[in-house]
Amino acid sequence: MVQKENREGVKGWLNPTRYGWARVSYWLQRLTGLGLLAYFIAHVIETSSLAQGKFAWEKMLELTQTTEGHIILIVVIGMCVFHAANGVRLYVAHGGKGVGAPGRPDYPYRPTSISLKMRACIWVSITLAALAMMYGASILFGE
Amino acid sequence: MRESAIMNIHYITGLAAIVLVGIHVMFRLIVPYGASLEYENVIANYQNLPYAIVLELILVTVAIHGFNGLRIVLIEWRQGDSWEKGVKWACVAAAIAIIAYGSRTILLASMGGAI
Amino acid sequence: MTKNIKLRMYRHIPGKDSPHYDTFEVPAERWTTVLDALLYAKAYNDHSIAVRYSCRMASCGSCGMMINGIPRLACYTKIYELDTDTITCQPLSNFPIIRDLATDFSTFFQHHKDMKPYIVNDLDDIDEKAREFLQSPKELEEFLQFSYCIKCGLCYASCPVVATDKKFPGPQALAQMYRYFADNRDQAADERLKIVDDRHGVWRCHFAGSCSKVCPKGVDPALGIQLLRGYMMGFAKKEKKEPILFAKETVA
Repeated sequence: MVQKENREGVKGWLNPTRYGWARVSYWLQRLTGLGLLAYFIAHVIETSSLAQGKFAWEKMLELTQTTEGHIILIVVIGMCVFHAANGVRLYVAHGGKGVGAPGRPDYPYRPTSISLKMRACIWVSITLAALAMMYGASILFGE
Repeated sequence: MRESAIMNIHYITGLAAIVLVGIHVMFRLIVPYGASLEYENVIANYQNLPYAIVLELILVTVAIHGFNGLRIVLIEWRQGDSWEKGVKWACVAAAIAIIAYGSRTILLASMGGAI
Repeated sequence: MTKNIKLRMYRHIPGKDSPHYDTFEVPAERWTTVLDALLYAKAYNDHSIAVRYSCRMASCGSCGMMINGIPRLACYTKIYELDTDTITCQPLSNFPIIRDLATDFSTFFQHHKDMKPYIVNDLDDIDEKAREFLQSPKELEEFLQFSYCIKCGLCYASCPVVATDKKFPGPQALAQMYRYFADNRDQAADERLKIVDDRHGVWRCHFAGSCSKVCPKGVDPALGIQLLRGYMMGFAKKEKKEPILFAKETVA
């Protein structure tokens, strides 16, 4: 009997809708993680110009201290704060803390693991990231 | 290495990175932004031993945490013995490479900059 | 208040035709479920529709499918609660398609079997002197909700890890692993942790929570998985207690 493989694939990862805030936080955590890794590699390469003297350092600054560079840095600030704050929430939740305790399920079967407490932590992470981005923008574009 | 050991390292490096990157960012914020990017000021920071140690620790913790995360994303995306082995060793190699390259910068900068 | 809705159904016989959608006009009352609509279409429009169902009361788990993009039980989903006049029914994601809405559960069941879904205990409770293992109500509550799983596969369909990772057991299997781990009658705790301590085991769960969101029985598989992981991370410790066999003499 012929069957058709039906896995959602990467589309399943990339679609943050349909399943609530916990799924959105998974999507953001993954995207920010990959984004931060890319920034980390670029940052290590960019700072290596220090070892080539003042001229190389200033040439590097000309490349990065631009409007586009500042916008990228603001996005990185947001990614960093979200990934860190949500990461702490995930570390605690993965350890089985803050997810509630098993009991007798009763209609309407609200799962304790994705309670208001957990969703609030996700919103706090997003808010902190937004505040950090605003602060970063005030410093980068303020001078 | 058992996956539980790898994941414990992932959690510990993640938590450590939050503290260390926090210190790094604080150091950048205590001086005006323009001044913090001047070559002489940056070199002076690298010559401060505790700060250079913080930078080295950031390099190590973020490299391990980041490349382990990449390994996880890649082995979830595709499975197979040769793919998973290849991803594992490529991530280890990439982490070692970036730590080596960054350590070179820290070492040279702490010795005064260009050779 | 009857209204006519459009039932858009995924049709495909792998190897024989290409995937397409057939649309049927179906009358819906306030109480009409998606399963009722599918069976109406099967009875009056196209007898060849392939759909699995059995109990019609969210007890057997047979009628799981993607309804307007979300895994749901067709018998448990009322047309009116979907708030739209077009209902799209597709086979459950992450399960191979046999035909139309019928999917293959072999891999799903194999993942479940890999978790040793039975009490492992050296003591023999089938003995003329013994009756059963003692278990207090408190001990029962440690795992009861996870035993309500009807293996409908909705959690497996919603999981973003299962979407790409063929070796990941899925939320249902991992939650069942916790069900037996937490049962005081089971003595294979260390063995169970070793089974899931794998590159594609419990560590690949990222707590996206979609499994708990779609579970129709309140099993909350995400809770079971995080609690299981808590033991592996050292956040919780399992007491090694010998289960007590309730002997007939005790009653006398």
